[in-house]
Amino acid sequence: MFDENDLKHEFVQLLSEDGIVKNEGIPQLSNETLIELYEWMVKMRLFDEKMLRLQRQGRIGTYAPFSGQEAAQIGSAFALEKDDWIFPSYRELAAMMVHGYPMKQIILYTMGNLKGSQTPKDLNVFPVQIIIAAQTLHAAGCAIASKLKGEKHVTVSYFGDGATSQGDFHEALNIASVNKAPAIFFCSNNHWAISVPLQKQTASKTIAQKAVAYGMKGIQVDGNDILAVYQVMKDAVEQCRNGEGPILIEAVTYRQGPHTTADDPTRYRNDDEVKDWIERRDPLKRFYTFLQKKGLIDEGYESEIKKKFTEDIDRAVAEAEAVAQPTTDEAFDYVYDKPHKLLAEQKREVQRFLAAKEGNGHG
Amino acid sequence: MANLTMIEAIREAMEQEMEKDDRIIILGEDVGKNGGVFRATEGLQAKFGEDRVMDTPLAESAIIGTSIGLSINGFRPVAEIQFLGFIYETMDQIAAQAARIRFRSAGRFTVPMVIRSPYGGGIRTPELHSDSLEALFLHSPGLKVVIPSNPYDAKGLLISAMRDDNPVLFLEPMPLYRAFRMEVPEEPYEVPIGKANVVREGDDVTIVTWGAPVKLVQKVAEESAKKGISVEVIDLRTIQPIDLETIVQSVEKTSRLIIVHEAVKSGGVGGEIAALVSEYALFSLASPILRVTGYDTPYPVPPIEDDWLPNAPRIEKAINKVMSY
Ligand SMILES: Cc1ncc(C[n+]2csc(CCOP(=O)(O)OP(=O)(O)O)c2C)c(N)n1
Repeated sequence: MFDENDLKHEFVQLLSEDGIVKNEGIPQLSNETLIELYEWMVKMRLFDEKMLRLQRQGRIGTYAPFSGQEAAQIGSAFALEKDDWIFPSYRELAAMMVHGYPMKQIILYTMGNLKGSQTPKDLNVFPVQIIIAAQTLHAAGCAIASKLKGEKHVTVSYFGDGATSQGDFHEALNIASVNKAPAIFFCSNNHWAISVPLQKQTASKTIAQKAVAYGMKGIQVDGNDILAVYQVMKDAVEQCRNGEGPILIEAVTYRQGPHTTADDPTRYRNDDEVKDWIERRDPLKRFYTFLQKKGLIDEGYESEIKKKFTEDIDRAVAEAEAVAQPTTDEAFDYVYDKPHKLLAEQKREVQRFLAAKEGNGHG
Repeated sequence: MANLTMIEAIREAMEQEMEKDDRIIILGEDVGKNGGVFRATEGLQAKFGEDRVMDTPLAESAIIGTSIGLSINGFRPVAEIQFLGFIYETMDQIAAQAARIRFRSAGRFTVPMVIRSPYGGGIRTPELHSDSLEALFLHSPGLKVVIPSNPYDAKGLLISAMRDDNPVLFLEPMPLYRAFRMEVPEEPYEVPIGKANVVREGDDVTIVTWGAPVKLVQKVAEESAKKGISVEVIDLRTIQPIDLETIVQSVEKTSRLIIVHEAVKSGGVGGEIAALVSEYALFSLASPILRVTGYDTPYPVPPIEDDWLPNAPRIEKAINKVMSY
């Protein structure tokens, strides 16, 4: 009989919550790289805060903030090579940007511009997924393709803890494992799926252990410890490249803000819990302390980069806002490779309608 | 030319395209060693290997979802869903994912995949094996939906589907798999998607149909001719995009329209065609448009199938009715 109590529940953590090295397995990264990681965290936190403000000003649409999850997203995406694939959820914008997705386009996406989801040609990033867990299967297929082609690329799908209840998640782990696909299933367990807490989502002790049923490796990592996430991901990538099959990573983290800008988390979350994660367990603070103790950064440096990144972000916003609004007839152009007759006729109808509207001076 | 059944024509189409294009891979339940439950993929795994003809776990959403990932990363998958009644399991992956990816990524990612599935009634299957669900996919922009009614079309349409850069749902009428043989060219050829076939010319009534009922309607048309009623029969062949031009031209000539399909009446493709014809050719009509279809019940148990499906007396009655105006 398999007993959950017999399972080993290893939790990978390299830095303690106060930024002290706990574990010898710390990745050998140069000082420049450590600083680069931290800069990504700061930049992404500022970006997230900016997006919230823009949403309140009515300049972008509904937005799903990721503050609190920077270490999980940045640490994991940083361990990838350029040609590796990412299949993100709506919340994994930082991972996309670390992998090369232009910030301007992310902003365009939040503005509801189709061009925001048009991944640049040389980048292997899929548009964000709204349907929970659907992307896990796309990633499984993409990884199988890499294997069939004999390419060494690894495919990562990002999803939340809620996604692990969906059939697609289980089908994806199963088919990827049967095919020994180079796929990494990266769960950002932020403890909440909108208002549903983890204990109501799953009765298993960890999400990582779900891998066991599919004959693949699962690992649980402190998702607010960027060095631990990076190291676990690096190992997973190597395992995939060596043809050892897929892996499930559970990064234990927390969403500090609301589910989206349309959500009020005070209805379901207790203040003490939120406070604890923000004040005591924030991933940026932890890494800052570590770097400060190493003598790599100080407050002056911090305010300097914040100033620079604020300018960078403002520039990206201005660039996005300068892009023309999507036109109605553009919507018809991407349905099929060539629009068929009835669709083309509908497109002409919109054009005529809009021309008449403008002609009447109501444009 | 070879004399082939529809299932042989379908297999030949896959085999020939796989020879030409090594991006094509087949996947599904039992498609490998077993050659598919209807033997559509018989011998293909032995010829092309397990990497190109893959038996998948028993998971329809996984079959379609992984095919999407395979498409995006350079392959042209031909996925088999064992029976169309199981397609509900894949609804998200087909309608919300495969069909929309071109749109969602503003053209950056496309899904050149084919989903093959046997469907259609009259052969006494267990529950949920015979349902005609094509209307669900007419309502899903970004997909094409193709239904052959004979071996020649089956081969040509399937080749077109495999060469198409859009996701194509290819529905194979089960009762036709081995119903008859037909001369089919040995070399690969295309029958264009989106083009209906006027299988019989006539002047008094137009009947639009597809799939298994095509043969039936042709027979009824022959009988009607003996009674002096000239019926034009259109095999639609493609549900999405619908070849409205051919239908309208025919209605302008005959001024009467009947649509025959196996699927349930409400919300069926017949309603769509009737609406289009009333938009584009209302004043050519000399009578109401009638539909002869399955009834609005779940697909019935075997003993009552034959009365449930469109049959000759029901079609004859509809012809008499439109002629009486
Ligand atoms: C199939 C599906 N069902 C429901 C929703 C509505 N919904 C959006 S996000 C969400 C919670 C997801 O939680 P989780 O997977 O943990 O990811 P997180 O939002 O925490 O990153 C729900 C229920 C959806 N988008 N898709």
